[in-house]
This record gives sequence, C-alpha cells and structure tokens, in this order.
Amino acid sequence: MEAFGLLLHGFAVLLTWKTLLLMMVGLVLGIFVGVLPGLGGPNGVAILLPLTFTMDPTSAIVMLSCIYWGALFGGAITSILFNIPGEAWSVATTFDGYPMAQQGRAAEALTAAFTSSFVGSLVAVLLITFLAPMISSFALRFGPPEFFAVYLLTFCSFVGLGREAKHKTVISMSLGLLLAGVGMDTVSGQLRMTFGSAELLRGINFLVAVIGLFGISEILLTMEERLALRGHAAGISLRAVLSVWKDLPKYWVTLLRSSVIGCWLGITPGGAIAASFMGYNLAKRFAKDQESFGKGRIEGVFAPETAAHASGTSALLPMLALGIPGSGTAAILLGGLMVWGLNPGPLLFVEHKDFVWGLIASMYLGNVVGLVLVLTTVPIFASILRVPFAAVAPMIVVSCAIGAYAIQNAMFDIWLMLGFGVVGYVFKKIGIPLAPFTLALVLGNRAEDAFRLSMIGSGGDMKVFWSNGLVGTITTLAIVLLFWPIIDSAVAAVAQLRLRRFRRPSS
Amino acid sequence: MSNTELEIVVDDPTAPEDNSPAIVSTGVVDVVVSLLLLALAVVLGWDNWRTGASWDSTGPQPGYFPFYLSVILGGASLYGLGAAFVSRQEAAETFVTRAQLRRVMAVFVPTLLFCLATQYLGLYVASFLLIAGFMRLVGKIALWKSLLTAFVFTAAMFITFDVAFDVIMPKGPLEAALGR
Repeated sequence: MEAFGLLLHGFAVLLTWKTLLLMMVGLVLGIFVGVLPGLGGPNGVAILLPLTFTMDPTSAIVMLSCIYWGALFGGAITSILFNIPGEAWSVATTFDGYPMAQQGRAAEALTAAFTSSFVGSLVAVLLITFLAPMISSFALRFGPPEFFAVYLLTFCSFVGLGREAKHKTVISMSLGLLLAGVGMDTVSGQLRMTFGSAELLRGINFLVAVIGLFGISEILLTMEERLALRGHAAGISLRAVLSVWKDLPKYWVTLLRSSVIGCWLGITPGGAIAASFMGYNLAKRFAKDQESFGKGRIEGVFAPETAAHASGTSALLPMLALGIPGSGTAAILLGGLMVWGLNPGPLLFVEHKDFVWGLIASMYLGNVVGLVLVLTTVPIFASILRVPFAAVAPMIVVSCAIGAYAIQNAMFDIWLMLGFGVVGYVFKKIGIPLAPFTLALVLGNRAEDAFRLSMIGSGGDMKVFWSNGLVGTITTLAIVLLFWPIIDSAVAAVAQLRLRRFRRPSS
Repeated sequence: MSNTELEIVVDDPTAPEDNSPAIVSTGVVDVVVSLLLLALAVVLGWDNWRTGASWDSTGPQPGYFPFYLSVILGGASLYGLGAAFVSRQEAAETFVTRAQLRRVMAVFVPTLLFCLATQYLGLYVASFLLIAGFMRLVGKIALWKSLLTAFVFTAAMFITFDVAFDVIMPKGPLEAALGR
C-alpha cells in the first residue's frame, strides 16, 4: 500500500502542463526515431539527451523515457506495413503482421501490436511499482563485495545466456570495460591508457560511443542495403480498434505468458529480441493450429509485441533498484541520471523520492498517451517512409554529431563518434554484439570501484566474494551462468544416457 | 479511415546490383579484427603494467583491474583468431560487395568531410553543406529541394539547440559573424 501512496504522489509531481507537454514531445520524437530506418531507441535517446541538459531531472527523465516508449511503439509500424523491422525486436512481428497487412487487415494488425505493447509495458510497470522499492530497500544492505557480485552476475549472464559466440561477447565486454577505464583513475588520480593525449584525459564518454556504435553504424548498414520500400498505407478506424479490443480477452493466456517471459528476460539481461522470439515461439507451440502461424494470425502479433515491450520496460527495474541497467537503452537512461548528478541505485528511492515516483508515474501515463497517439497518427508516421533516404541519412548524421558534441562540448568527441561508427559497422557484420560493450562501458568504473573497495577491505583475499551467504550465492550464480552452456550440455548428455539405459532392457 | 488498398512505394535509384563481385570475405575481416584487438590488448596491457598492475600499501594499483581485462581481451582475441581460421562458413561468406562498398563510402566520405568542415566552418554551415550536397549528389534530388531542406533543417537545429535549449555548438568564422 505504501507503493500505491507514493505512486499517487508521483502522479501529483507529474501532472503539470509543462511535464505533459514534454511527455507528448518525447513520444512523438520516439515514434519518429522508431519508424525511421537507421535510428532506434538507444541512439534516439542518446542523440536527444542534450536537449534535456537545461531541464530539471524529473522533466528530463520523463521526456527521455517517453522517447523510449515512443520508439518501442514506432518499430511495429514499419514491421507491419513495410515488412522492415524498425527495431531488431520487431522482427518476429513481421512474421504475421505483414501477411495481415497484405490481406487488407493492416488496421487490425497495428491495433493488435499497439495494444499488446501497452499490455506488456503495463505488466512490467506494475512489477516495477511493487518490486523496485522492495529490491532497493534490500539492496541498501549491500556492501562493495555484494555490488561487485551483482555486476559480475550481469556480465556473466550476458556471456552465458547470449546467443552470440561466447568469445565475441567476452571481446565486446572486456573492450567496453577497458575503455571505461581510460583517463584519470578516480581513486589514485593517476592517468592510465591516455598515451599522452590531453583529449583522453576526460575518458571516453559512453554516450559518444553509443551514438557512433548505433547511429552512425546503422546509417552505414542501411545505406549498404537496397532501400526500395514497398508497403501498405493504413489508417486505423475506431471500428477496427473496438473489434480487436472486444476479442482481447480470448487471448489472455498468450498475453499473460508473453508478459511473464518479457519481464523475466528484461530483468535478466536476455533482452527484448530474445523475449519477442520466445513469446512468438511459445504462442506457436501451444496453439492448436500451428500451421496458421506466419500466415496472418493475430496471436502472432500479440505474442512478440507483448513480450518485447514487457522486456524493454522491465529492463528499467534493475536500473532503478540497483543501478544496473538491463538493456542498452536503460544504460543510456542511467547515463542521463548520472549527467544530472543523480546516483542510480537503492539510495535513489531514499534520497530522490519525487524523482523516482514521478518517473514511475510517467511510465503509466506515457504508455496510455502513447497508445492513443499511435492509434490516431499511424498514417502520418507511415508517410515518413516516403521521404527519400538520401534526405534522411545526412540529417541523422548531423543529429548524431550535435548529440556527440553537446555532451562534453568537445570537437574530439565528433571524431570519436565517427570512429565508433566504423567499429560498430564492422562489429555488427562479424557478429560481435554491441549491447555488452555499451553495458560494460557504463558499468566499468562502478564495477572497478566495487572490486577495489572489496579487495582493500579483505586485504586482497578473493574469498571476500564468498564471505557471507548473500554474496556467496550471487557469485556462485554468476559462475554457474558463465558456464551455463557447458552445464546445460552436460545435463542434456546425462539425461540422454539415462534414457538410453532405460530403453535398452525393453528393446 | 482505413484504406489498405493503397501502396506506398519508395524506389531507390542507387540500389546496389545483386551480382556485384565480393571485395572481401567475413573470415578475412574477422582475422584482421582479431589481430587488431590482440594488438590493442598488448598495448593496453603494457600501459597498465607500466602504470602499476600489482599491489601496494593502499591496495590494488591503478593498472590492476584494466591489466587483467587486457589479458582477457587478448585471450578472447587469440581464440577468435583461431576460430576465424577454422571456420569455413565465415571464409565463404561475403563481408561486402563492390557495389555495397561504393554505397557505404558514399555516406562515409561525406561524413568524414563533414567532421573536418565542422572543425573549420562550424557545425551549422557544415550541416547545411552535408545535407544539400548529399541530397543533390548522392540522392539525385532537385537542387532547390536539396537547398531548401538543408536550410530548414539547419535552421531548426540552430533554433532548437542554440536558442531554445542553450546548447552552444562549435562556431566557425561565418557562424560567429552571425552573432551567436
């Protein structure tokens, strides 16, 4: 009940004309970046971050989080109408969404996508409302070893549970952690990895890296491919909306299952991409008529969209409660908090109640307003894709440069952005994942500080990470997750062996 | 109103041809990237060793944590190098075709020139030149449309960042003459 009272207080903080206007601006910008090929949630938020520098933290985070919700909604438009996933997590939506559009049911598919996005986000926001304060009050008992163990758990689960080749995830993560350490050592004040360069004294700002890795590289990749778009124009009538909403209770199992999958994969660093595919595959597996999937079945839109949005939203839970982002975009939002001098983590709930509950309230309101906005403005946003890419590409480049420069007012950062753009292009093409890199770049200094403080406290004894039940459990879990593929294969091999032994006597 | 019969068609006149020859395979790029990462790991490892990668009276030295990360990066890169040599699939996969590379360069080179121009002309003049030039030369869009789009977008950025939100961008001589 305490959470409910605090949430009401959050709404009171939020309900001012200025904040509501910023919310609308954020949502429109978000849908815009979600629809445009070559832009997406993470870099949209990173590029537009400088706009919020002069705002108070609550207004700023409301606008940034609304850009995030908008981008989540916008991705479905291109997936359904153009068969082009605006975001990677929208790929599974194309399987049934595009066939529905081809059958003249684009309005139905879009309504299903937006509604399920809303449902997924709502479930995740409810989870954040009630779980985040509990986790953060529990985490107040954490010391440096516990925090380092949680960071280790995050890193290890990326390696163990990720779909990419393990060594490539390790490369991405260790490179990110190393680059986070460039510049002045915060403890001793000594310079490291600067090689005499005055520009590197400031260190490498992760927002600059993100803009290059995601924004510039995506422009290079999009230009490389054929850009002849062929799709369906669509408007959404009230009748189509009501017809989908009337049938919604029939799909409650699909919606609930996908929400649970999404929340789980959002809190652990599985991510929205894995969630959307898992949501889709499970909906197909449990369907009586599996053959109809991929041919324009509405459940094929409900399942991935619900899971992706539940995942994208719940990724903010560990960020708020522990200061550990569950996704690339959450990592950028975390960077935003640090820019305004806020320290994400358990203390945030104690020291900045207005801010935290204002943000959580904005998640509810932003999703409701976002749903209404997308349902009424689809034709406008779909028509953005009529603009030739030769006009869009240089505008994105300029936006990226403005974003990169504004963070530290440094010309060097524009060059750094270009360098990271090339790195991102090559890494994406050879399968080195970028999300662990971003996460490591954000968490690098905090992880190192936690490690050093733990080691100083224990006099260099690694046993500190098993010194009590809590830290021992988290560290052990981290190691189990790191070696999860080996453990999983071993368990499967043993099960296979037992099955053979069991069958032999009867044959 | 719903009108799903209409089709939106945006053709790309500069689309790469499908039968363009491959420039380089993914396997070769993977080997080169692994070698570069290995070199980076060695350089960073050396620098951290030099800074101090052991213990002193105050605890771990500044280079301690990054030194071991360099070792991990080096190890993973070495493994990647071996895996890239062994992988037949990567060796057969095309990293980029000639037509694709031409298109990538068509956006990379103007971006490079834009960064250079920003340093000497200021961000807004460089932005105007990039947008107008790119639309006209790469997109083959009418000159008046290119100039108008570039002007409107640059002006909108100037008003948004410099005027409304007070985020001051780098100014060249021309922009400085405009009084901001």
